[in-house]
Amino acid sequence: MLRARQGRFLLLTLVVTLFVAACSRDASQRLVVTGSSTIAPLATVLAERFEARHPGVKIDVQAGGSARGIADVRQGLATLGMVSRALKPEEGDLAADTIAHDGITMIVHRNTPVTSLTREQIVAIYTGQLRNWNEVGGPDAAITVVNKAEGRSTLELFLSHFKLSAPAIRADVVIGDNQQGIKTVAGNPQAIGYVSIGTAEYEASRGGPIRLLPLDGIEPSTATVSAGRFPLSRPLNLVHRGELGGIARDFVDFARSTEVHDLVTGQYFVPLAGR
Amino acid sequence: MSPASISFRSPAADRTLYRALALCAGLVAAILALILVYLTVASASLLVADAEAGGGLWQTQWSPSAGVFGLLAMLVGSAAVSVLALLIAVPPGLVLAIWGRFFAPPGIGALYRGTMGLLASIPSVVYGFWGLVVLVPWLNRWAPPGASLLAGALILALMILPILVLQADLALEEARRRHLAGAMALGASVSGTVRRVLLPAAAPHLVPAVLLQLGRALGETMAVLMVAGNVVQLPDSLAAPIRTLTANIALEMAYASGAHQTALFASGWLLLMLVTVLMLVARHLAARVARGARDAT
Repeated sequence: MLRARQGRFLLLTLVVTLFVAACSRDASQRLVVTGSSTIAPLATVLAERFEARHPGVKIDVQAGGSARGIADVRQGLATLGMVSRALKPEEGDLAADTIAHDGITMIVHRNTPVTSLTREQIVAIYTGQLRNWNEVGGPDAAITVVNKAEGRSTLELFLSHFKLSAPAIRADVVIGDNQQGIKTVAGNPQAIGYVSIGTAEYEASRGGPIRLLPLDGIEPSTATVSAGRFPLSRPLNLVHRGELGGIARDFVDFARSTEVHDLVTGQYFVPLAGR
Repeated sequence: MSPASISFRSPAADRTLYRALALCAGLVAAILALILVYLTVASASLLVADAEAGGGLWQTQWSPSAGVFGLLAMLVGSAAVSVLALLIAVPPGLVLAIWGRFFAPPGIGALYRGTMGLLASIPSVVYGFWGLVVLVPWLNRWAPPGASLLAGALILALMILPILVLQADLALEEARRRHLAGAMALGASVSGTVRRVLLPAAAPHLVPAVLLQLGRALGETMAVLMVAGNVVQLPDSLAAPIRTLTANIALEMAYASGAHQTALFASGWLLLMLVTVLMLVARHLAARVARGARDAT
Protein backbone atom coordinates (compact mmCIF):
# COMPACT_ATOMS: atom_id res chain seq x y z
CA MET A 1 0.00 0.00 0.00
CA LEU A 2 2.69 2.38 1.10
CA ARG A 3 4.88 1.27 -1.83
CA ALA A 4 2.09 1.98 -4.29
CA ARG A 5 1.48 5.42 -2.87
CA GLN A 6 5.19 6.21 -3.02
CA GLY A 7 5.31 5.00 -6.59
CA ARG A 8 2.36 7.19 -7.56
CA PHE A 9 3.97 10.16 -5.82
CA LEU A 10 7.20 9.59 -7.71
CA LEU A 11 5.35 9.37 -11.01
CA LEU A 12 3.49 12.59 -10.23
CA THR A 13 6.76 14.35 -9.36
CA LEU A 14 8.29 13.13 -12.59
CA VAL A 15 5.39 14.35 -14.70
CA VAL A 16 5.32 17.75 -12.98
CA THR A 17 9.09 18.15 -13.34
CA LEU A 18 9.00 17.31 -17.04
CA PHE A 19 6.04 19.61 -17.58
CA VAL A 20 7.76 22.52 -15.83
CA ALA A 21 11.01 21.84 -17.67
CA ALA A 22 9.20 21.80 -21.01
CA CYS A 23 7.41 25.06 -20.22
CA SER A 24 10.54 26.85 -19.11
CA ARG A 25 12.34 25.73 -22.24
CA ASP A 26 9.61 27.36 -24.29
CA ALA A 27 9.76 30.60 -22.33
CA SER A 28 13.51 30.91 -21.73
CA GLN A 29 15.69 32.66 -24.23
CA ARG A 30 19.42 33.02 -24.03
CA LEU A 31 21.44 35.92 -25.35
CA VAL A 32 25.23 35.81 -25.49
CA VAL A 33 27.10 39.12 -25.38
CA THR A 34 30.92 39.12 -25.53
CA GLY A 35 33.72 41.62 -26.09
CA SER A 36 35.23 44.79 -24.63
CA SER A 37 36.05 44.64 -20.96
CA THR A 38 35.34 48.38 -20.82
CA ILE A 39 31.70 47.78 -21.70
CA ALA A 40 31.28 44.47 -19.87
CA PRO A 41 30.48 45.97 -16.42
CA LEU A 42 27.85 48.23 -18.01
CA ALA A 43 26.41 45.38 -20.06
CA THR A 44 26.22 43.25 -16.92
CA VAL A 45 24.08 45.77 -15.02
CA LEU A 46 21.99 46.41 -18.13
CA ALA A 47 21.44 42.67 -18.45
CA GLU A 48 20.41 42.36 -14.81
CA ARG A 49 17.71 45.01 -15.16
CA PHE A 50 16.57 43.58 -18.50
CA GLU A 51 16.32 40.08 -17.03
CA ALA A 52 14.29 41.39 -14.11
CA ARG A 53 11.77 42.87 -16.56
CA HIS A 54 11.67 39.89 -18.91
CA PRO A 55 11.38 36.72 -16.82
CA GLY A 56 12.81 33.72 -18.60
CA VAL A 57 15.46 35.68 -20.46
CA LYS A 58 19.07 34.84 -19.65
CA ILE A 59 21.81 37.19 -20.83
CA ASP A 60 25.36 35.90 -20.70
CA VAL A 61 27.98 38.69 -20.67
CA GLN A 62 31.63 37.72 -21.21
CA ALA A 63 34.59 40.10 -21.35
CA GLY A 64 37.57 39.47 -23.60
CA GLY A 65 38.34 42.62 -25.54
CA SER A 66 36.74 44.39 -28.48
CA ALA A 67 38.59 42.10 -30.88
CA ARG A 68 36.93 39.08 -29.31
CA GLY A 69 33.51 40.74 -29.58
CA ILE A 70 33.98 41.16 -33.31
CA ALA A 71 35.40 37.68 -33.82
CA ASP A 72 32.61 36.04 -31.79
CA VAL A 73 29.86 37.83 -33.72
CA ARG A 74 31.44 36.87 -37.03
CA GLN A 75 31.72 33.23 -35.99
CA GLY A 76 28.23 33.21 -34.56
CA LEU A 77 29.43 32.45 -31.03
CA ALA A 78 27.74 35.61 -29.75
CA THR A 79 24.64 37.47 -30.89
CA LEU A 80 25.96 40.83 -29.76
CA GLY A 81 29.56 41.99 -29.55
CA MET A 82 30.77 44.77 -27.25
CA VAL A 83 33.20 47.05 -29.11
CA SER A 84 34.58 50.14 -27.39
CA ARG A 85 35.48 52.06 -30.58
CA ALA A 86 33.96 53.01 -33.88
CA LEU A 87 33.91 50.19 -36.42
CA LYS A 88 36.79 50.14 -38.90
CA PRO A 89 36.12 50.25 -42.67
CA GLU A 90 37.03 46.55 -43.02
CA GLU A 91 34.32 45.71 -40.50
CA GLY A 92 31.54 46.82 -42.83
CA ASP A 93 29.85 43.42 -42.55
CA LEU A 94 28.79 44.38 -39.03
CA ALA A 95 26.29 46.94 -37.78
CA ALA A 96 26.86 48.97 -34.62
CA ASP A 97 24.45 50.52 -32.11
CA THR A 98 26.03 53.08 -29.78
CA ILE A 99 24.78 52.70 -26.20
CA ALA A 100 27.03 55.29 -24.49
CA HIS A 101 30.22 57.31 -24.85
CA ASP A 102 33.48 57.17 -22.99
CA GLY A 103 36.00 60.00 -22.90
CA ILE A 104 39.61 60.07 -21.77
CA THR A 105 41.13 63.06 -20.01
CA MET A 106 44.65 64.03 -19.07
CA ILE A 107 44.98 64.48 -15.31
CA VAL A 108 47.62 66.14 -13.15
CA HIS A 109 47.91 66.80 -9.43
CA ARG A 110 45.79 69.74 -8.20
CA ASN A 111 48.88 71.55 -6.85
CA THR A 112 50.56 71.65 -10.25
CA PRO A 113 50.38 75.23 -11.60
CA VAL A 114 50.08 73.95 -15.18
CA THR A 115 46.47 74.32 -16.32
CA SER A 116 46.71 73.35 -19.95
CA LEU A 117 48.99 71.48 -22.30
CA THR A 118 49.02 71.52 -26.08
CA ARG A 119 48.80 68.37 -28.12
CA GLU A 120 52.51 68.70 -29.06
CA GLN A 121 53.50 69.07 -25.41
CA ILE A 122 51.60 65.94 -24.41
CA VAL A 123 53.24 63.97 -27.21
CA ALA A 124 56.68 65.30 -26.21
CA ILE A 125 56.09 64.39 -22.56
CA TYR A 126 54.95 60.87 -23.38
CA THR A 127 57.83 60.21 -25.79
CA GLY A 128 60.41 61.42 -23.26
CA GLN A 129 61.59 64.52 -25.15
CA LEU A 130 60.17 66.80 -22.46
CA ARG A 131 61.14 65.69 -19.00
CA ASN A 132 60.78 68.70 -16.72
CA TRP A 133 57.72 70.71 -15.71
CA ASN A 134 59.64 74.01 -16.07
CA GLU A 135 59.61 73.52 -19.86
CA VAL A 136 55.82 73.86 -19.85
CA GLY A 137 55.52 76.65 -17.28
CA GLY A 138 55.64 74.60 -14.13
CA PRO A 139 58.12 74.25 -11.27
CA ASP A 140 61.59 72.75 -11.71
CA ALA A 141 60.67 69.12 -11.18
CA ALA A 142 60.94 65.93 -13.21
CA ILE A 143 57.72 64.79 -14.88
CA THR A 144 56.41 61.41 -13.81
CA VAL A 145 54.73 59.89 -16.85
CA VAL A 146 51.89 57.53 -15.96
CA ASN A 147 50.90 55.15 -18.74
CA LYS A 148 48.40 52.31 -19.06
CA ALA A 149 49.34 48.66 -19.44
CA GLU A 150 49.40 47.14 -22.91
CA GLY A 151 46.06 45.87 -24.17
CA ARG A 152 43.88 48.35 -22.27
CA SER A 153 41.37 50.06 -24.52
CA THR A 154 42.15 53.40 -22.85
CA LEU A 155 45.76 53.04 -24.02
CA GLU A 156 44.65 52.20 -27.56
CA LEU A 157 42.41 55.26 -27.74
CA PHE A 158 45.15 57.48 -26.30
CA LEU A 159 47.72 56.14 -28.76
CA SER A 160 45.50 56.45 -31.79
CA HIS A 161 44.40 59.97 -30.86
CA PHE A 162 47.96 61.26 -30.45
CA LYS A 163 49.26 59.05 -33.28
CA LEU A 164 51.80 57.36 -31.03
CA SER A 165 53.04 53.78 -31.01
CA ALA A 166 53.25 51.77 -27.80
CA PRO A 167 57.06 51.19 -27.85
CA ALA A 168 57.69 54.95 -28.37
CA ILE A 169 56.27 55.82 -24.95
CA ARG A 170 58.74 56.45 -22.12
CA ALA A 171 56.71 55.79 -18.98
CA ASP A 172 57.77 56.06 -15.34
CA VAL A 173 54.77 54.22 -13.95
CA VAL A 174 52.55 51.69 -15.73
CA ILE A 175 49.12 51.20 -14.23
CA GLY A 176 46.24 48.80 -14.65
CA ASP A 177 42.85 50.34 -13.98
CA ASN A 178 41.56 53.92 -13.73
CA GLN A 179 41.48 53.97 -9.94
CA GLN A 180 45.15 53.02 -9.69
CA GLY A 181 45.92 55.86 -12.12
CA ILE A 182 44.00 58.40 -10.07
CA LYS A 183 45.65 57.26 -6.82
CA THR A 184 49.08 57.45 -8.45
CA VAL A 185 48.54 61.01 -9.72
CA ALA A 186 46.83 62.11 -6.48
CA GLY A 187 49.86 60.99 -4.51
CA ASN A 188 52.45 62.59 -6.79
CA PRO A 189 52.46 66.34 -7.61
CA GLN A 190 54.83 65.73 -10.55
CA ALA A 191 52.73 63.08 -12.25
CA ILE A 192 50.67 63.26 -15.41
CA GLY A 193 48.33 60.52 -16.51
CA TYR A 194 45.15 59.80 -18.44
CA VAL A 195 41.99 58.07 -17.27
CA SER A 196 38.34 57.71 -18.14
CA ILE A 197 36.53 61.09 -17.87
CA GLY A 198 33.62 59.75 -15.85
CA THR A 199 35.95 58.32 -13.19
CA ALA A 200 38.12 61.46 -13.06
CA GLU A 201 35.12 63.81 -12.88
CA TYR A 202 33.60 61.79 -10.06
CA GLU A 203 36.88 61.67 -8.16
CA ALA A 204 37.54 65.43 -8.59
CA SER A 205 33.99 66.28 -7.46
CA ARG A 206 34.59 64.25 -4.32
CA GLY A 207 37.62 66.41 -3.50
CA GLY A 208 40.37 64.16 -4.88
CA PRO A 209 43.54 66.24 -5.44
CA ILE A 210 43.52 65.93 -9.22
CA ARG A 211 42.94 68.39 -12.06
CA LEU A 212 41.47 67.54 -15.45
CA LEU A 213 43.33 69.26 -18.29
CA PRO A 214 41.39 70.67 -21.24
CA LEU A 215 42.28 69.28 -24.64
CA ASP A 216 42.43 71.54 -27.72
CA GLY A 217 40.73 74.18 -25.56
CA ILE A 218 37.73 72.00 -24.80
CA GLU A 219 36.84 71.32 -21.19
CA PRO A 220 36.87 67.60 -20.36
CA SER A 221 33.49 66.75 -18.87
CA THR A 222 30.72 64.27 -19.38
CA ALA A 223 28.72 67.17 -20.86
CA THR A 224 31.21 67.93 -23.66
CA VAL A 225 31.59 64.22 -24.37
CA SER A 226 27.86 63.65 -24.69
CA ALA A 227 27.60 66.73 -26.92
CA GLY A 228 30.24 65.10 -29.13
CA ARG A 229 32.61 68.06 -28.77
CA PHE A 230 35.41 66.46 -26.75
CA PRO A 231 38.05 65.11 -29.14
CA LEU A 232 39.46 62.27 -27.03
CA SER A 233 36.35 60.15 -26.76
CA ARG A 234 34.92 56.99 -28.21
CA PRO A 235 31.57 55.35 -28.70
CA LEU A 236 30.67 52.20 -26.80
CA ASN A 237 28.94 49.95 -29.30
CA LEU A 238 26.93 46.78 -29.42
CA VAL A 239 27.66 45.22 -32.80
CA HIS A 240 25.76 42.51 -34.62
CA ARG A 241 25.54 40.86 -37.98
CA GLY A 242 22.54 40.93 -40.28
CA GLU A 243 19.03 41.61 -38.99
CA LEU A 244 18.51 41.53 -35.26
CA GLY A 245 15.32 40.00 -34.08
CA GLY A 246 13.35 39.20 -30.95
CA ILE A 247 15.05 39.48 -27.64
CA ALA A 248 18.37 40.84 -28.99
CA ARG A 249 16.55 43.76 -30.69
CA ASP A 250 14.66 44.43 -27.45
CA PHE A 251 17.88 44.43 -25.46
CA VAL A 252 19.66 46.88 -27.79
CA ASP A 253 16.65 49.23 -27.72
CA PHE A 254 16.55 48.92 -23.94
CA ALA A 255 20.28 49.72 -23.67
CA ARG A 256 19.77 52.87 -25.77
CA SER A 257 16.71 54.08 -23.87
CA THR A 258 16.56 56.86 -21.29
CA GLU A 259 15.47 54.48 -18.56
CA VAL A 260 19.03 53.15 -18.23
CA HIS A 261 20.79 56.53 -17.96
CA ASP A 262 21.32 55.97 -14.25
CA LEU A 263 23.14 52.70 -14.99
CA VAL A 264 25.34 54.37 -17.63
CA THR A 265 26.36 57.24 -15.36
CA GLY A 266 26.78 54.75 -12.52
CA GLN A 267 29.58 53.16 -14.56
CA TYR A 268 31.11 56.64 -15.17
CA PHE A 269 30.19 56.59 -18.84
CA VAL A 270 28.31 59.30 -20.69
CA PRO A 271 24.73 58.51 -21.77
CA LEU A 272 23.49 59.23 -25.28
CA ALA A 273 22.58 62.90 -25.66
CA GLY A 274 19.11 64.31 -26.22
CA ARG A 275 17.04 61.26 -25.53
CA MET B 1 56.87 -0.38 22.51
CA SER B 2 56.92 -1.21 18.84
CA PRO B 3 54.93 0.99 16.41
CA ALA B 4 52.77 -2.01 15.45
CA SER B 5 51.19 -2.21 18.86
CA ILE B 6 49.71 1.29 18.64
CA SER B 7 48.36 0.90 15.11
CA PHE B 8 44.89 -0.38 14.20
CA ARG B 9 44.19 -3.86 15.39
CA SER B 10 42.64 -4.81 12.08
CA PRO B 11 45.10 -4.83 9.19
CA ALA B 12 42.19 -4.24 6.78
CA ALA B 13 41.40 -0.85 8.36
CA ASP B 14 45.10 -0.01 8.14
CA ARG B 15 45.18 -0.87 4.48
CA THR B 16 42.08 1.23 3.78
CA LEU B 17 43.58 4.20 5.55
CA TYR B 18 46.83 3.75 3.67
CA ARG B 19 44.98 3.66 0.34
CA ALA B 20 42.92 6.74 1.16
CA LEU B 21 46.01 8.71 2.15
CA ALA B 22 47.92 7.52 -0.91
CA LEU B 23 45.02 8.59 -3.11
CA CYS B 24 44.97 12.07 -1.56
CA ALA B 25 48.72 12.47 -1.87
CA GLY B 26 48.64 11.20 -5.45
CA LEU B 27 45.82 13.57 -6.34
CA VAL B 28 47.72 16.59 -5.07
CA ALA B 29 50.88 15.53 -6.90
CA ALA B 30 48.85 14.92 -10.06
CA ILE B 31 47.26 18.39 -9.91
CA LEU B 32 50.70 19.95 -9.54
CA ALA B 33 52.01 17.91 -12.46
CA LEU B 34 48.96 18.88 -14.55
CA ILE B 35 49.55 22.58 -13.87
CA LEU B 36 53.14 22.20 -15.02
CA VAL B 37 52.11 20.25 -18.11
CA TYR B 38 49.35 22.73 -18.93
CA LEU B 39 51.63 25.75 -18.55
CA THR B 40 54.32 24.10 -20.67
CA VAL B 41 51.87 23.17 -23.41
CA ALA B 42 50.18 26.59 -23.34
CA SER B 43 53.47 28.42 -23.69
CA ALA B 44 55.27 25.82 -25.84
CA SER B 45 55.08 27.76 -29.10
CA LEU B 46 57.03 30.64 -27.55
CA LEU B 47 59.40 28.54 -25.46
CA VAL B 48 60.87 26.95 -28.58
CA ALA B 49 60.70 30.08 -30.75
CA ASP B 50 63.97 31.24 -32.21
CA ALA B 51 65.47 34.43 -30.83
CA GLU B 52 66.59 35.40 -34.32
CA ALA B 53 62.98 35.37 -35.48
CA GLY B 54 62.31 38.18 -33.00
CA GLY B 55 59.99 35.96 -31.01
CA GLY B 56 62.36 34.78 -28.32
CA LEU B 57 61.68 35.12 -24.62
CA TRP B 58 65.27 35.87 -23.67
CA GLN B 59 65.38 39.54 -24.47
CA THR B 60 64.53 42.69 -22.55
CA GLN B 61 62.08 44.15 -25.06
CA TRP B 62 58.37 43.58 -24.27
CA SER B 63 55.88 45.07 -26.70
CA PRO B 64 52.94 42.74 -27.29
CA SER B 65 51.42 44.98 -29.98
CA ALA B 66 54.60 44.48 -32.04
CA GLY B 67 54.75 40.76 -31.28
CA VAL B 68 57.92 41.02 -29.18
CA PHE B 69 57.69 39.05 -25.95
CA GLY B 70 60.97 39.33 -24.05
CA LEU B 71 60.69 38.21 -20.43
CA LEU B 72 64.28 38.82 -19.35
CA ALA B 73 63.67 42.28 -17.84
CA MET B 74 60.75 40.96 -15.81
CA LEU B 75 62.71 37.90 -14.68
CA VAL B 76 65.45 40.24 -13.44
CA GLY B 77 62.79 42.48 -11.89
CA SER B 78 61.18 39.59 -10.01
CA ALA B 79 64.52 38.30 -8.74
CA ALA B 80 65.85 41.76 -7.81
CA VAL B 81 62.78 42.87 -5.86
CA SER B 82 62.56 39.55 -3.98
CA VAL B 83 66.24 39.33 -3.08
CA LEU B 84 66.26 42.97 -2.00
CA ALA B 85 63.18 42.34 0.16
CA LEU B 86 65.01 39.44 1.84
CA LEU B 87 68.09 41.59 2.44
CA ILE B 88 65.86 44.17 4.11
CA ALA B 89 63.72 41.73 6.09
CA VAL B 90 66.05 38.94 7.26
CA PRO B 91 68.48 40.77 9.60
CA PRO B 92 65.77 42.64 11.57
CA GLY B 93 63.62 39.49 11.49
CA LEU B 94 66.35 37.42 13.18
CA VAL B 95 67.15 40.15 15.68
CA LEU B 96 63.48 40.56 16.57
CA ALA B 97 63.01 36.80 17.01
CA ILE B 98 66.07 36.53 19.27
CA TRP B 99 65.04 39.59 21.25
CA GLY B 100 61.45 38.40 21.66
CA ARG B 101 62.51 34.96 22.83
CA PHE B 102 65.58 35.62 25.01
CA PHE B 103 65.87 39.25 26.02
CA ALA B 104 62.35 40.69 26.23
CA PRO B 105 60.30 40.23 29.42
CA PRO B 106 58.16 37.09 28.83
CA GLY B 107 54.88 39.00 28.79
CA ILE B 108 56.09 41.50 26.20
CA GLY B 109 57.68 38.70 24.14
CA ALA B 110 54.34 36.86 24.01
CA LEU B 111 52.48 40.05 23.14
CA TYR B 112 55.05 40.70 20.44
CA ARG B 113 54.56 37.25 18.91
CA GLY B 114 50.80 37.79 18.97
CA THR B 115 51.23 41.07 17.09
CA MET B 116 53.41 39.34 14.49
CA GLY B 117 50.71 36.70 14.01
CA LEU B 118 48.19 39.47 13.43
CA LEU B 119 50.45 41.26 10.95
CA ALA B 120 51.01 38.01 9.08
CA SER B 121 47.28 37.64 8.51
CA ILE B 122 46.78 41.04 6.84
CA PRO B 123 46.00 40.47 3.13
CA SER B 124 48.75 41.57 0.77
CA VAL B 125 46.45 43.94 -1.12
CA VAL B 126 46.12 46.02 2.07
CA TYR B 127 49.90 46.37 2.25
CA GLY B 128 49.87 47.28 -1.45
CA PHE B 129 47.19 49.92 -1.01
CA TRP B 130 49.03 51.45 1.92
CA GLY B 131 52.17 51.47 -0.21
CA LEU B 132 50.36 53.20 -3.08
CA VAL B 133 48.85 56.03 -1.04
CA VAL B 134 51.53 56.51 1.65
CA LEU B 135 54.89 54.93 0.82
CA VAL B 136 55.12 55.84 -2.88
CA PRO B 137 54.27 59.57 -2.43
CA TRP B 138 56.76 59.67 0.45
CA LEU B 139 59.55 58.07 -1.61
CA ASN B 140 58.65 60.40 -4.47
CA ARG B 141 59.94 63.38 -2.50
CA TRP B 142 63.48 61.99 -2.57
CA ALA B 143 63.60 59.82 -5.63
CA PRO B 144 60.87 60.41 -8.22
CA PRO B 145 58.77 58.67 -9.43
CA GLY B 146 58.49 56.88 -6.10
CA ALA B 147 56.95 53.77 -7.58
CA SER B 148 60.13 51.75 -7.86
CA LEU B 149 62.19 48.66 -7.17
CA LEU B 150 62.82 50.02 -3.66
CA ALA B 151 59.12 50.61 -2.94
CA GLY B 152 58.31 47.06 -4.06
CA ALA B 153 61.11 45.60 -1.95
CA LEU B 154 60.05 47.59 1.13
CA ILE B 155 56.42 46.45 0.86
CA LEU B 156 57.52 42.85 0.30
CA ALA B 157 59.91 43.07 3.26
CA LEU B 158 57.06 44.33 5.42
CA MET B 159 54.91 41.43 4.25
CA ILE B 160 57.41 38.65 4.83
CA LEU B 161 58.86 39.99 8.08
CA PRO B 162 56.10 38.76 10.46
CA ILE B 163 56.13 35.17 9.19
CA LEU B 164 59.92 35.20 9.13
CA VAL B 165 59.98 36.28 12.78
CA LEU B 166 57.46 33.58 13.73
CA GLN B 167 59.37 30.84 11.88
CA ALA B 168 62.71 31.92 13.35
CA ASP B 169 61.05 32.04 16.76
CA LEU B 170 59.84 28.44 16.42
CA ALA B 171 63.28 27.25 15.35
CA LEU B 172 64.97 29.10 18.22
CA GLU B 173 62.46 27.79 20.75
CA GLU B 174 63.15 24.24 19.62
CA ALA B 175 66.89 24.82 19.91
CA ARG B 176 66.44 26.37 23.33
CA ARG B 177 64.41 23.44 24.57
CA ARG B 178 67.20 21.07 23.59
CA HIS B 179 70.33 22.98 24.43
CA LEU B 180 69.68 25.81 26.87
CA ALA B 181 69.91 23.77 30.05
CA GLY B 182 73.21 22.22 28.94
CA ALA B 183 74.70 25.58 27.96
CA MET B 184 73.60 27.19 31.22
CA ALA B 185 75.05 24.27 33.17
CA LEU B 186 78.40 24.96 31.48
CA GLY B 187 78.21 28.55 32.72
CA ALA B 188 77.76 30.24 29.33
CA SER B 189 76.23 33.72 29.15
CA VAL B 190 72.86 34.29 27.46
CA SER B 191 74.36 36.19 24.53
CA GLY B 192 77.14 33.59 24.16
CA THR B 193 74.60 30.76 24.25
CA VAL B 194 72.43 32.42 21.62
CA ARG B 195 75.38 33.13 19.33
CA ARG B 196 77.44 29.99 19.70
CA VAL B 197 74.87 27.30 20.53
CA LEU B 198 71.28 28.18 19.68
CA LEU B 199 71.77 29.97 16.32
CA PRO B 200 73.94 27.17 14.84
CA ALA B 201 71.50 24.60 16.18
CA ALA B 202 68.52 26.44 14.66
CA ALA B 203 70.26 27.17 11.35
CA PRO B 204 68.95 24.06 9.50
CA HIS B 205 65.42 25.39 10.10
CA LEU B 206 66.26 29.04 9.50
CA VAL B 207 67.69 28.62 6.00
CA PRO B 208 64.60 26.89 4.52
CA ALA B 209 62.37 29.42 6.32
CA VAL B 210 64.18 32.28 4.60
CA LEU B 211 64.03 30.57 1.19
CA LEU B 212 60.33 29.84 1.69
CA GLN B 213 59.79 33.57 2.18
CA LEU B 214 61.83 34.20 -0.99
CA GLY B 215 59.35 31.98 -2.81
CA ARG B 216 56.49 33.94 -1.31
CA ALA B 217 58.07 37.24 -2.36
CA LEU B 218 58.54 35.96 -5.93
CA GLY B 219 54.90 34.92 -6.11
CA GLU B 220 53.39 38.08 -4.62
CA THR B 221 51.33 39.96 -7.21
CA MET B 222 48.93 42.67 -6.09
CA ALA B 223 51.12 44.49 -3.57
CA VAL B 224 54.04 44.67 -6.00
CA LEU B 225 51.81 45.65 -8.90
CA MET B 226 50.53 48.64 -6.95
CA VAL B 227 53.89 50.10 -5.92
CA ALA B 228 56.65 48.90 -8.28
CA GLY B 229 55.82 51.09 -11.30
CA ASN B 230 55.47 48.18 -13.76
CA VAL B 231 57.75 49.62 -16.44
CA VAL B 232 59.45 46.84 -18.38
CA GLN B 233 63.16 47.61 -18.09
CA LEU B 234 66.34 46.43 -16.45
CA PRO B 235 66.58 48.48 -13.24
CA ASP B 236 69.65 50.76 -13.20
CA SER B 237 69.05 52.05 -9.67
CA LEU B 238 66.90 51.41 -6.61
CA ALA B 239 64.59 54.25 -7.67
CA ALA B 240 63.94 52.75 -11.10
CA PRO B 241 60.47 51.29 -11.69
CA ILE B 242 60.35 47.60 -12.55
CA ARG B 243 57.77 45.01 -13.57
CA THR B 244 57.69 41.52 -12.09
CA LEU B 245 56.54 38.36 -13.88
CA THR B 246 53.46 38.12 -11.67
CA ALA B 247 52.49 41.77 -12.19
CA ASN B 248 52.87 41.25 -15.93
CA ILE B 249 50.27 38.48 -15.89
CA ALA B 250 47.87 40.40 -13.66
CA LEU B 251 48.16 43.64 -15.65
CA GLU B 252 47.59 42.20 -19.08
CA MET B 253 45.70 38.91 -18.78
CA ALA B 254 42.24 40.48 -19.09
CA TYR B 255 43.07 41.88 -22.50
CA ALA B 256 45.42 39.30 -23.94
CA SER B 257 44.65 36.92 -26.75
CA GLY B 258 46.65 34.78 -29.17
CA ALA B 259 50.43 35.05 -28.94
CA HIS B 260 50.14 37.69 -26.22
CA GLN B 261 48.24 35.22 -24.04
CA THR B 262 50.83 32.55 -24.79
CA ALA B 263 53.52 34.96 -23.62
CA LEU B 264 51.67 35.48 -20.34
CA PHE B 265 51.50 31.73 -19.86
CA ALA B 266 55.24 31.68 -20.52
CA SER B 267 55.62 34.25 -17.72
CA GLY B 268 53.84 31.85 -15.40
CA TRP B 269 55.95 28.95 -16.61
CA LEU B 270 59.16 30.88 -16.02
CA LEU B 271 58.00 31.80 -12.52
CA LEU B 272 57.16 28.18 -11.73
CA MET B 273 60.61 27.11 -12.93
CA LEU B 274 62.27 29.81 -10.84
CA VAL B 275 60.41 28.77 -7.70
CA THR B 276 61.10 25.07 -8.35
CA VAL B 277 64.84 25.67 -8.72
CA LEU B 278 64.74 27.78 -5.58
CA MET B 279 63.04 25.05 -3.57
CA LEU B 280 65.56 22.45 -4.77
CA VAL B 281 68.38 24.76 -3.71
CA ALA B 282 66.64 25.27 -0.36
CA ARG B 283 66.49 21.54 0.30
CA HIS B 284 70.08 21.07 -0.73
CA LEU B 285 71.24 23.93 1.48
CA ALA B 286 69.19 22.78 4.44
CA ALA B 287 70.65 19.30 4.17
CA ARG B 288 74.17 20.72 3.98
CA VAL B 289 73.67 23.05 6.93
CA ALA B 290 72.19 20.21 8.95
CA ARG B 291 75.19 18.00 8.12
CA GLY B 292 77.55 20.82 9.01
CA ALA B 293 75.81 21.33 12.33
CA ARG B 294 76.02 17.61 13.09
CA ASP B 295 79.71 17.49 12.22
CA ALA B 296 80.43 20.48 14.43
CA THR B 297 78.83 18.98 17.54
